[in-house]
Amino acid sequence: MKIGWLVRIAVLLLLAVFLVVPESFAPLLQPLARYNAPAIYNQGSLLDITLNHLGITLLATLAATVIAVGLAILVTRPFGAEFLPLGRSIANIGQTFPPVAVLALAVPALGFGTEPTLLALFLYALLPIFENAIAGLSTIPRDVAEAARGMGMTGWQRFTKVELPLAFPVMLTGIRIAAVISLSTATIGSTVAAKTLGEVILAGLATNNTAFVLQGGIIVGACAVLINDGLGALEGALKRRTGNAGR
Amino acid sequence: MIEIDGLCKLYDGVPVVDDVSFTIGKGDICAVVGTSGSGKTTLMRMINRLVEPTSGSVRIGGRDTRAFEAHQLRRGIGYVIQGNGLFPHRSVAQNIATVPQLLGWDRARIAARVDALLSLFQLDPGQYRDRFPSELSGGQQQRVGVARALAAEPDILLMDEPFGALDPIIRGKAQADLLAIQRRFGTTIMLVTHDMNEAMALGSTIAVMDRGRLMQYAPPSEIIARPATDFVAELIGSGDRPFRMLSLDSVLNHVEPGAAAGEAIDCHASLRDAYAECLWSGRDALPVTRDGKPIGRISLARLTRLAARPR
Repeated sequence: MKIGWLVRIAVLLLLAVFLVVPESFAPLLQPLARYNAPAIYNQGSLLDITLNHLGITLLATLAATVIAVGLAILVTRPFGAEFLPLGRSIANIGQTFPPVAVLALAVPALGFGTEPTLLALFLYALLPIFENAIAGLSTIPRDVAEAARGMGMTGWQRFTKVELPLAFPVMLTGIRIAAVISLSTATIGSTVAAKTLGEVILAGLATNNTAFVLQGGIIVGACAVLINDGLGALEGALKRRTGNAGR
Repeated sequence: MIEIDGLCKLYDGVPVVDDVSFTIGKGDICAVVGTSGSGKTTLMRMINRLVEPTSGSVRIGGRDTRAFEAHQLRRGIGYVIQGNGLFPHRSVAQNIATVPQLLGWDRARIAARVDALLSLFQLDPGQYRDRFPSELSGGQQQRVGVARALAAEPDILLMDEPFGALDPIIRGKAQADLLAIQRRFGTTIMLVTHDMNEAMALGSTIAVMDRGRLMQYAPPSEIIARPATDFVAELIGSGDRPFRMLSLDSVLNHVEPGAAAGEAIDCHASLRDAYAECLWSGRDALPVTRDGKPIGRISLARLTRLAARPR
């Protein structure tokens, strides 16, 4: 466990150094760039591109969280139960469309750039967040829900003091899955001129420069692993706190 | 204290509780006994309106429960359920503080109440206050569940199979604790159980339910001596009747003057224990002590008379 965290911290530091002073890693990547091509991506700052990539992922995941969790809360209320199938359909449709298809369809409407990418990631993230939020909200132990009513909590108090806190770790699982998927899927956004790390990979493929492909891929991969593990640790801590680790 | 009047609950036209009426006196412990599906839990849940009656009414202290808002009503009634239902994401202190917080008590008063209750249930506040329910044993969780129900000093405590999940030894201790606390606060208790032994041990009155109907409502001795229906008799078990009768009273009330040989029995032991000791040790009488000092004896002949059906 401890060694695992040391490795993660090392990866984070290495990533930060690479993004701030990529030139210092040039000798390492030079053997991969043939015909004296540059070893480090030179058509924009890697740091800017990475931050933009993370920003798009964050924005899409946040928006999907707000909508999907809101929808899940609605359909798990007694008055909203009949909308559960509708909610499921909406989330499923989002997942069914491949992000590439969404990009292609969205470009005529939204133009080139960040917007179609945001839309594709947003739609793609809805389902995992929605399903996990429903799972969390509908698996509150019976005796706990019963006790909350029997103590004299109002519907709103039961929701905010009992249901939401207990469902939160499960919701977080969905958000984590969606964030990691969005992070990797965001790379294809560069096909419609969104400023993401896909740009670096595509440039490498176009010029047969393995060094570009590798640095773009490694940055995305490292970010994905770090975000996954960070959110996973938060989930674990919350679940341990509530004694749900085994569930 | 609790007047139940013509209470009915129908689910899809099928009566689950069928025209039940009885009154639980102030400070009574009423044990509601029945097999599963007898409607005993539904009956209890209609007292604090977790289930709304189809017809009939419940009055508490003379006031119809429908005069209150449901959640306000529930805050005034302690509620303990099987499996205790502690909030797993809240500490022991936060769990116990649930109802006082809902009622808007100030922090100092809540903290003092939590510590007092933890001490009352033999849980050191310094050690247990900040633990989470998952860090407690089953018996400790159960005690915290009862402490939570008593936190806002309710006059009435509803308990649905409160000891069902405990092993026999801890259950005996928990029952004794409950009786001690009930005597101290004079709380009126309605307790649902399927276990006739538990009902006999705890109840000052027993209500026997079968298929939604109230079969008999009487003190334990009356239930044993004169079961109203075959079902009630079956629930008691004819072979156990004399022993159940003896278990209802303590040696203290039947001490005779004189002395006897052999090991003594404490005056707070039940007559059943005394009888068992006579038979097991082959003696005709046992010396009785109070706080370790001899105060007389109890004879096998007397115990045998007491075990007979009362006339």
